[in-house]
Amino acid sequence: MNEYNFAYLDEQTKRMIRRAILKGLAIPGYQVPFASREMPMPYGWGTGGVQVSAATLTPEDIFKVIDQGADDTTNAISIRKFFQKVTGIKVTDKTIDATVIQTRHRIPETSLTEDQILVYQVPIPEPLRFLEPYETETRKMHALEEYGLMYVKLYEDISRHGAIATSYAYPVKVEGRYVMDPSPIPKFDNPKMEMAAIQIFGAGREQRIYALPPYTQVVSLDFDDYPFEASKADHVCDICGSSDTYLDEVIVDDQGGRIFVCSDTDFCAAQQSAALESSE
Amino acid sequence: MTPLLSVYNLTKMYGHRVGCQDINLDLYPSEVLGIVGESGSGKSTLLNCLAGQLTPDRGRIQFKTRSGDVKDTLTLSEPEQLMLSRTDWAFVHQNPRDGLRMSVSAGGNVGERLMAVGSRHYGHIRTTAIDWLDRVEITADRIDDRPTSFSGGMQQRLQIARNLVTGPRLVFMDEPTGGLDVSVQARLLDLLRNLVRDMGLSAIIVTHDLAVVRLLADRLMVMKEGQAVESGLTDQVLDDPQHAYTQLLVSSVLQA
Repeated sequence: MNEYNFAYLDEQTKRMIRRAILKGLAIPGYQVPFASREMPMPYGWGTGGVQVSAATLTPEDIFKVIDQGADDTTNAISIRKFFQKVTGIKVTDKTIDATVIQTRHRIPETSLTEDQILVYQVPIPEPLRFLEPYETETRKMHALEEYGLMYVKLYEDISRHGAIATSYAYPVKVEGRYVMDPSPIPKFDNPKMEMAAIQIFGAGREQRIYALPPYTQVVSLDFDDYPFEASKADHVCDICGSSDTYLDEVIVDDQGGRIFVCSDTDFCAAQQSAALESSE
Repeated sequence: MTPLLSVYNLTKMYGHRVGCQDINLDLYPSEVLGIVGESGSGKSTLLNCLAGQLTPDRGRIQFKTRSGDVKDTLTLSEPEQLMLSRTDWAFVHQNPRDGLRMSVSAGGNVGERLMAVGSRHYGHIRTTAIDWLDRVEITADRIDDRPTSFSGGMQQRLQIARNLVTGPRLVFMDEPTGGLDVSVQARLLDLLRNLVRDMGLSAIIVTHDLAVVRLLADRLMVMKEGQAVESGLTDQVLDDPQHAYTQLLVSSVLQA
């Protein structure tokens, strides 16, 4: 093959990461510290997700990488190429064919199944970080379930904007215990987190791994009189016509022309070909 | 009547130096106890030990909870202690910046304790916050302003509202009027006195200002070099001081 060990990391490192993953799965939503390694990419480019993928992949796996819903952006392409080089495994763009999916900022529109793993890249794993700068304090707050401060943030949102303005990285409570940062996915994706697949979150710079086993209860925080809303742009996709997908707004000319398109490129392409087939 | 708070032989050392030594006291429901003494006499150390912010070296503190059982607060587990400090207890700092979240609006500051004990209805939190701002004489239109835009006196009143919103039974106050000018002090004292009476609060007030205790406290404890040198009814201690240090303290105040 080549001079790298399978999936770049050495076996001891992968073992250490797998232990952190197993612990994370055993305590859903709890941030497990792990000895994050230097990876051949800068922090913030998905070093946490890459390490989790490296520890999870087997030679039989089929790998997919998404960046903001797309398979063909720089981050997605470079990570996919990296794993092709250091593992030699098959890669795909198709959500249904993949066994391991590494993602940044989105959950695929297609429902995932029990034999799939979704790996998230996480920049800041601590949902309380911007409210409480000290790590020792936030850990104590998690231990004592002291989450009043999280609601203070939502309160401030409503008092300032008239609604909960947090639109991505919307905090969730896992199995009635830990408050968790779902990584910067749009809040539209929050309800999808109660899914059949295993979800693992890796934060490389912050050296934390956390996880959700299949069918774990994930509740978005809200107030009784300001309930959580999985909002999206009020349009249909201008390419495939889907009305229930998360949309990107794309500016197409210098005259202010704009279109809305599915952010999940694989889903959009599948809808287009299905429409083509039925019209033939 | 059983005391709300009983303290037995409380001692806190800083290495070889004495913080406070062999303090005994009882605080009864709806009673205000003043602790006076000069800087370094150990009164703040004592208050912090009582409020669970410092761990004393020796002694026992017993607190009668809402349900009526008497608990030793020093052996409580951390979650129990946290619950106590969120519900039954309140702590008013000398510097409002220590007791407020300066980057959060006034309403958020008042609402935090409510949300911490499980309030999840924005409308209710907001109404309660407005009610409490009104009680401490802050107009409702300042509810979305940050405390950084408030004057010192307003910040202190906001801190008091934030602490009293969950209806605590015991309030610890560390120099609540320190750093305020005299007219603001007088209004704050008036406000505190009314709140304490209306809510039937028990309070322990640490101060070096004898006027504050004369106005607020039912009983007085005088501290010097970590020891309680004299205690009794406020008027009795101030009008007929027995200990030499108390006599000095009382005579040092200018008679206006």
